[in-house]
Amino acid sequence: MRFVDEYRDADRARALAAGIAARCRPGRTYAFMEVCGGHTHTIYKHGLEDHLPPEVSLVHGPGCPVCVIPMGRVDDATHIAGQPGVIMTSFGDLLRVPGGTGSFLGAKAAGADIRMVYSPLDALKIAKENPDRRVVFMAIGFETTAPSTAMTVLRAAAEGVPNFSVFCNHVMIIPAIKAILDSPDLRLDGFIGPGHVSAVIGCEPYAFIARDYRKPLVVAGFEPVDILTSVHMLLGQLAEGRCEVENQYARVVPWQGNPVALEAIGRVMRLRPHFEWRGLGFIAHSALAMAEEYAAFDAERVFDLPGIRVADPRSCQCGEVLKGVLKPWECKVFGTACTPETPIGTCMVSSEGACAAYYNFGRFTRDRTRGPAGEREVSRA
Amino acid sequence: MCLGIPGELVGPAGGHDDLALVEVSGVRRRVNIGLLEGQELNPGDWVLVHVGFALSKISEDEAQAVLAYLEGLGQPYEDEIDALRASDIT
Ligand code: SF4
Repeated sequence: MRFVDEYRDADRARALAAGIAARCRPGRTYAFMEVCGGHTHTIYKHGLEDHLPPEVSLVHGPGCPVCVIPMGRVDDATHIAGQPGVIMTSFGDLLRVPGGTGSFLGAKAAGADIRMVYSPLDALKIAKENPDRRVVFMAIGFETTAPSTAMTVLRAAAEGVPNFSVFCNHVMIIPAIKAILDSPDLRLDGFIGPGHVSAVIGCEPYAFIARDYRKPLVVAGFEPVDILTSVHMLLGQLAEGRCEVENQYARVVPWQGNPVALEAIGRVMRLRPHFEWRGLGFIAHSALAMAEEYAAFDAERVFDLPGIRVADPRSCQCGEVLKGVLKPWECKVFGTACTPETPIGTCMVSSEGACAAYYNFGRFTRDRTRGPAGEREVSRA
Repeated sequence: MCLGIPGELVGPAGGHDDLALVEVSGVRRRVNIGLLEGQELNPGDWVLVHVGFALSKISEDEAQAVLAYLEGLGQPYEDEIDALRASDIT
């Protein structure tokens, strides 16, 4: 297995680390944001920051779909789950996500019929098997998951499953990156682009980041060596004065993405004028709703929703963490009031959330007293 | 839900046209291959499976590397495989 050897190769990682150090210009620091929660997970699990020179810091971005669900949407979903005859379905990741009035877990304990599924197609199957119940799939995820929801709705329409609907919460990565680029409190030198999202959208949609914001972006795979290679490529671009979109993950990501998946999204969903992201506030054109033609499958039209906006708890600093302004351990409640068992914020819920990843794998001594994000907070034990 | 899991195509699953039988981590499951329409697929090919849908075709080398990586993840991977085992799409 050449790839296994290659990608598990400690020598290769060491060579890359040396190459990264060599590409750093003396006296300059570099901050790169990894947009995807999967990357955040790898970085903490493998202690990648430990292999980077002090000049290079990794800033964790908003790319964990569970983390960005606003509390009001969880409450809306719980409200639907409480309606007569409803079976609410969703991914297991969502079970513990807190809303203003509690989580799915709490609602389930209180008697609501909430079932965890692996695929939206499992939810459709439940609908077919329970024609006298109303089955709702709470859809979450970035462009990676949206095509699966879209394909499922197309199936439901083709087969005529009237008791199935989707509570659509799909979000899109490009508007989130743009919001971060436009936010004044963050200095970034480049991006490590998401892998599986790019398998759907391709590499072209990132072009504006290089063109308009003059920041390089490298679409990266999930293994430690992939991430190190991407950092090396980003530094290479900066050293040569280039700003481009590069694809380190061509093994999975075709440059043009997956046209069938994009077409399915385009048929079934439409852009929302704006959508609230937990911690980041409202971002224009950043999420998908069901299209008019599929209104019959749109839980937002089938049910009356309270639609109440719930402010994040005051103690929660997820917004700063999601924007990369704060490191997880700098949040006041990190590891004390907020843990994976009793999460206050969403970043602590999913294993891909920055707070949970750090809580589970953090094995470095951290110096809380040192400067803002962008500087290095990791001191080796 | 964010993990893509490699699976090896076994053959058509019968029933809906978009369904194929895929072996994932020792379990055979029906997987929807509708997103790979227009691509040539043969038994023995590897695909990356995401929430019941094959999202992209990958090489066997890549599949083995991803599997090794996923196994190293521990709990999140086990949770995903458990969810997949419980899944029975049609
Ligand atoms: S520790 Fe908890 S409240 Fe603080 S940022 Fe992380 S998830 Fe949010």
